[in-house]
Amino acid sequence: MVKPTRVTNDIRSLRFRHGEMTQADLAKRLGVTRQTVIAIEQGRYSPSLEMAFQIARVFGVPLDDVFQYPDPNSDQQGAAS
Amino acid sequence: MSYEEKGTWVFLVVAITGYGVYLALVLPQLAAGTAIDDVDYAGPMLWTIGGAIVAAIIGRIVLEIVSPSETRSPDVRDREIDRLGDRVGNSFVVIGALAALALAMLQVHWFWIANAVYLCFVLSAVLLSITKLVAYRKGVPTW
Repeated sequence: MVKPTRVTNDIRSLRFRHGEMTQADLAKRLGVTRQTVIAIEQGRYSPSLEMAFQIARVFGVPLDDVFQYPDPNSDQQGAAS
Repeated sequence: MSYEEKGTWVFLVVAITGYGVYLALVLPQLAAGTAIDDVDYAGPMLWTIGGAIVAAIIGRIVLEIVSPSETRSPDVRDREIDRLGDRVGNSFVVIGALAALALAMLQVHWFWIANAVYLCFVLSAVLLSITKLVAYRKGVPTW
């Protein structure tokens, strides 16, 4: 079955902070379709590590500013408290 | 909807329609009590397979005219989804081959052997298309 990715991202807000870059513009710079950018933004597709770095480079920020991965330990602690 | 996703929809519709036409041509003969030796199935099978290929090409062209895609070249996600679909679809091609092998060993009439293979081809096409469409809509699974 389809297992949703736990990776989250801030691509949408980064696009708006970079001159309201459109999904089409970002797709063009990454060499992918606009549908792929939409899928990444919505967490329906985890890009490869290489593409993740390319996205971060487009916005001129470190990878951690674009993608986040929740710490499973913090989830357990949160559920326990 | 991307060019590749549209193509998958066309493939799915054509596969189901093609097999539906085949059944519509062959089943009435069986229902009428025609002996298996006399059932005209080879012609309809070849025509519906050939027709499905032509219909898929025409369908894709028509869909592009009606709703043009932004780009026609597949990207990394399209290729990943394509591989996922092929993996699912190939399993039914293997099942079809094994079914044909078993039926041949049991000396079952070639009508049933040909139909078992054809059915598995169609199931392969349907399942790979559905797998791909689910991946396009719900997301590519991460194992």
